[in-house]
Amino acid sequence: MTDLLRRLMRTPQGAIGLILLAVLAAACLFGPWLAPHDPEKMDFLGRFRPLGAQNWFGADQFGRDVLSRLLVGARSTLPMALAATLLGTVAGAVVGTASAYLGGRWDEAIMRTIDAVMAVPGLLLALLLVSTLGNGAGNAMIAIAVTFAPGMARVTRAVALTVRGQDYVKSATVRGESAPWIIFREMLPNVMAPVVIEATIRVSFAVMLFATLSFLGLGAQPPASEWGLMVAEARQYVHQAPWVLIAPSLAIALTAIAFNLLGDGLRDAMNPRDER
Amino acid sequence: MSVSWLLRRLALILYTVFIVSVLVFGITQALPADAAVTLLGENATAEALNAIRERLGLGDPIWWQYLRWVGHAATGDFGLSMRTGQPVGPEMLTALGRSLLLAVAAILVMLVIAVPLGMLAAVRQGKAADMATGLISYLGVSFPEFVTATLLAMLLADSLQWLPATGYVSPLEDFGGAVRHLALPVLTASLILVAHVARMVRSETLDVLHSDYIRAARLKGLPERTVLVRHALRNALLPVVTIVALDVGYLLGGIIVIEEIFAIPGIGRQLMVAVTARDLPSIQAGALIMSATYAVANTLADVAYAVLDKRIRYD
Repeated sequence: MTDLLRRLMRTPQGAIGLILLAVLAAACLFGPWLAPHDPEKMDFLGRFRPLGAQNWFGADQFGRDVLSRLLVGARSTLPMALAATLLGTVAGAVVGTASAYLGGRWDEAIMRTIDAVMAVPGLLLALLLVSTLGNGAGNAMIAIAVTFAPGMARVTRAVALTVRGQDYVKSATVRGESAPWIIFREMLPNVMAPVVIEATIRVSFAVMLFATLSFLGLGAQPPASEWGLMVAEARQYVHQAPWVLIAPSLAIALTAIAFNLLGDGLRDAMNPRDER
Repeated sequence: MSVSWLLRRLALILYTVFIVSVLVFGITQALPADAAVTLLGENATAEALNAIRERLGLGDPIWWQYLRWVGHAATGDFGLSMRTGQPVGPEMLTALGRSLLLAVAAILVMLVIAVPLGMLAAVRQGKAADMATGLISYLGVSFPEFVTATLLAMLLADSLQWLPATGYVSPLEDFGGAVRHLALPVLTASLILVAHVARMVRSETLDVLHSDYIRAARLKGLPERTVLVRHALRNALLPVVTIVALDVGYLLGGIIVIEEIFAIPGIGRQLMVAVTARDLPSIQAGALIMSATYAVANTLADVAYAVLDKRIRYD
């Protein structure tokens, strides 16, 4: 693990990604204590106050401190995106491994169905699911997880197919182990590495998708300071205070960049050909 | 490319549309809305509600309702909108036309930017131009459409006043106006695609540039320009066809947001309106049409790939 971390730090993407993530993690863990102001506190004399000593990132239409709202908002954005990716990855990994294990007609049927589900554009599927489940951050999280599962299943299956031919899986079959045992105890642990890389990159999609759903009014609800929601609310005041719009926009983009960089760094660091 | 391969692709589209229709129907049936109440309002009498349930066949078994819906949908009849009372099918198809205009324009703009950018990066591998392309790709995939759209609108429409911020003009009525109104949405939609495709073109061109026939072309003494355009470009562009088809999925999702922000009455916006109003027939029609469009685009890309690449023989 420490070896992986060292190799990760040696790639430029990995190093920058890790540093950005450390900042984000700090915002998630200590946001409310780091915030210079109460994120909900309104100040009608300080409406649209520009960037300065009093409000580093300016103030919004109610005079609320933008930096404080960003810091606290990290909590309503990041954990949701992570949870959605985790849930989708686990579900997809189980289906993909099972499909590879079963093989033959079952595999064919499962994969063609997954192809078909993936023919629904991601945002559209998430939109339909949220409108069924009801608006809200939790339901948006579940919808994103469901949207991710088919893609993860496809990636996992490709890896699992090679694992399936390995001797230790064959010997487990000969020992007479049950299908669930072989899928969960023998195959799944060995397909995890590529799946983790794929999942890391997907977190950036999850962040963007979650923010998009909130932006459309389907995810996090006001007065939460979720970043997508902050962008949506700031749009009407773009003439008076562009910073209220720019700050959360950049926060979303930076988070997506961080996970993209980390994913690429992980790919390089885990590549066995690259022993240095 | 054999007839049986084409038939198999066709069967796959049908299976895809079938699964999507089940998915869409299943999800919309689970919507926590009573169609009868949505139509008549909260204060309707029980008799009126029962009468309309009878008329819409809401009491029938669920599989029968599904078959009836699919049967009608196959003939282009998606029922009446609960919001406007108008037939949903024609409304959605008109909207799809506007969305396709936006999508096709975005793909063209993307190709004009991404292909030269990717090739430049490959030819100048490791130099400043390559780094810049890498940076653009990174930024491109890290900005969701709603952020790009809002920031571009802020800059080009609000601050500089170069372009109108919202609205749609038919190109048949006023071509110049249509171009001005479509500029921001098309730019937004093409940015994320540029990021993907430029990366792809770069790596494909690099592969091609290291191949034997390029070395042969250079050894023949052909000018570098001819080598790049006549020999390298063609072969590097082939895999791009596939990635563009996959990106149509992103594009269709992104169009929902882009049309909402720029107030374009395309299929994405219709769908958002339908979702907000819980207008079941419109949601079903919109989702099915969008997904079918994506499935067809993917198949067309496969066929185009097979036609373009004479080496691939499907049997």
